[in-house]
Amino acid sequence: MTTRYNFAYLDEQTKRMIRRAVLKAVAVPGYQVPFGSREMPLSYGWGTGGVQVTASVIGPDDVLKVIDQGADDTTNAVSIRQFFARTTGVATTTRTEAATLIQTRHRIPETPLCEGQILVLQVPIPEPLRWLEPREAETRKMHALEEYGVMHVRLYEDITRHGKVAQTYEYPVIVDGRYLMRPSPIPKFDNPKLDRSPALLLFGAGREKRIYAVPPWTRVRSLDFDDHPFEVEHWDRACDLCGARGAFLDELIVDDKGGRLFICSDTDYCARRRPAGERMPGA
Amino acid sequence: MYVAVKGGERAIDNAHRLLAEERRGDPDVPELSLAQIEQQLALAVDRVMTEGSLHDRELAALAVKQARGDLIEAIFLLRAFRTTLPRLGVSLPLDTAAMVVHRRVSAIFKDVPGGQILGPTFDYTHRLLDFELAAPGSLVTPPAGVENGGEGEGGTAPLPRVMDLLDREGLIESEPPSEPGAQVGDLTREPLTFPARRDVRLQNLARGDEGFLLAMGYATQRGYGRNHPFAGEIRHGEVTVSLAPEEFGFAIEIATISVTECQMVNQFKGSATIPAQFTRGYGLVFGGAERKAMAMALVDRALRVRELGEEPTSPTQDEEFVLSHSDSVEASGFVQHLKLPHYVDFQSELVLVRDLRAAHGTRAASAAPGGR
Repeated sequence: MTTRYNFAYLDEQTKRMIRRAVLKAVAVPGYQVPFGSREMPLSYGWGTGGVQVTASVIGPDDVLKVIDQGADDTTNAVSIRQFFARTTGVATTTRTEAATLIQTRHRIPETPLCEGQILVLQVPIPEPLRWLEPREAETRKMHALEEYGVMHVRLYEDITRHGKVAQTYEYPVIVDGRYLMRPSPIPKFDNPKLDRSPALLLFGAGREKRIYAVPPWTRVRSLDFDDHPFEVEHWDRACDLCGARGAFLDELIVDDKGGRLFICSDTDYCARRRPAGERMPGA
Repeated sequence: MYVAVKGGERAIDNAHRLLAEERRGDPDVPELSLAQIEQQLALAVDRVMTEGSLHDRELAALAVKQARGDLIEAIFLLRAFRTTLPRLGVSLPLDTAAMVVHRRVSAIFKDVPGGQILGPTFDYTHRLLDFELAAPGSLVTPPAGVENGGEGEGGTAPLPRVMDLLDREGLIESEPPSEPGAQVGDLTREPLTFPARRDVRLQNLARGDEGFLLAMGYATQRGYGRNHPFAGEIRHGEVTVSLAPEEFGFAIEIATISVTECQMVNQFKGSATIPAQFTRGYGLVFGGAERKAMAMALVDRALRVRELGEEPTSPTQDEEFVLSHSDSVEASGFVQHLKLPHYVDFQSELVLVRDLRAAHGTRAASAAPGGR
């Protein structure tokens, strides 16, 4: 591979700076570590934080998987996978269990992760208190004082208004009994996968210049109330392609008469459950 | 069907080819050269260099060409290149008093030592489309009665800064003395934290989007954080960049760059500890981006409320609000990322809204007369 760029694009000093932030994040689970986020050759909002974290931890022996919305073949997943294939030459895969390093946007794979794997999540807004208090100077104080009452009040207000918590993604969690954390906008469906995950979970927010982490086997509790326990979304139907129940389903509108198709958002999981020879619609 | 967006490897390749084709436009029209862009779209190049934080006319011209004239995209291209460059050293502070001046105006004194030098400016042009310019080959009449394009004493002896003259009388606050050996902050290496130091704030504003700063500066003039500004001095010209490597023990000149500096003078009624005096707002940009330099100076002053013990009343004085949203590359990325797929989150919202609507229907039915 002839390239004028360093392995994984970033220079070694930058990688060292990011690794130091990652180590701090692992040492203080759920705490947002500010880091000197670099301007990357892809746009902010496209996963610059995740890409920087991946670039700083990837090695020549890694096997990389990149997904967006659970799918390996969405344009942004393709683009990021190509970026690393070009700048590192590492092997890439779509199989969750074959990957040592998985970069993702908005989903955690259905196939359970295992020890030794690293999942890198792309994060747009790392601060869980942002919609309640826009000022960073304030929210940092609130984290320091573990002052999370406002978030409980917000959830409580949902219950009084709607009879349930009306938060469907980036559902707030408490990490290791201490820090309030915003899971990158994964659906709350994926929140239980954060809890005592055997894999290391790293969160990178490039534009906001923050890194945070959930080390393996760390307790992650989704906020709830005794009389309104946390629950995930469910579908009254199975995947129309593979018949899976209990997987996160995407809804496709297939005609102009309200025809709908429900299919697994995790394309790797879905494809391998289907008999050989069947293909995705549109593929 | 939206799934067609999937399987995107070929789609991406083709998108890039289409983009290249669109960029070139009609092949019968001669292709732009970088020299043409650099010379004839000089202010576009200046803006890209300023907000791209890299003084390189040729690369900025390339970015403008590659971005099809989209200056924010060009700024992004230049930034992404800049980030890969090694940091070899930090220059000495620019001495703008030693500037070879092409333009210099002060709005606070009718005349100042060295005189007012109008220089090349749009200010007094009548904005009438010049149809003669539409045809190539129109002749340029050189300025009359001046040498080297300058007017008055421009381009010769250094001109004292108007602010330094005011300073002698103690009417304006002195610039805080720089701490010897203090490191200048660098936002591109360390994340912005609040409260921000003024060096970092000025760096943020210098890189900030011209349109954003213009709107913020304008808002201060309309009463949202009013700071009673006067254009103390605006000067444009060439300054020398010097580096003093430790092993040399003396400074060496490494470059001459073109900059525009704006020093705003703002009224300040004084506080318990400080008598009434004028205060400063500062703007500095590459090239001739004068509008940006002035807007920057207004916003800089607005953001000094805390330091001057004033009561903040408006978003223009809120440093988190201004500094977190000034960057066009960050803003453009985050606004436009909304076009990336969000169907997982949206699906979750669909499930919720259907649930809530079903629950609402049940409640409405049971509340209706005869319902129970």
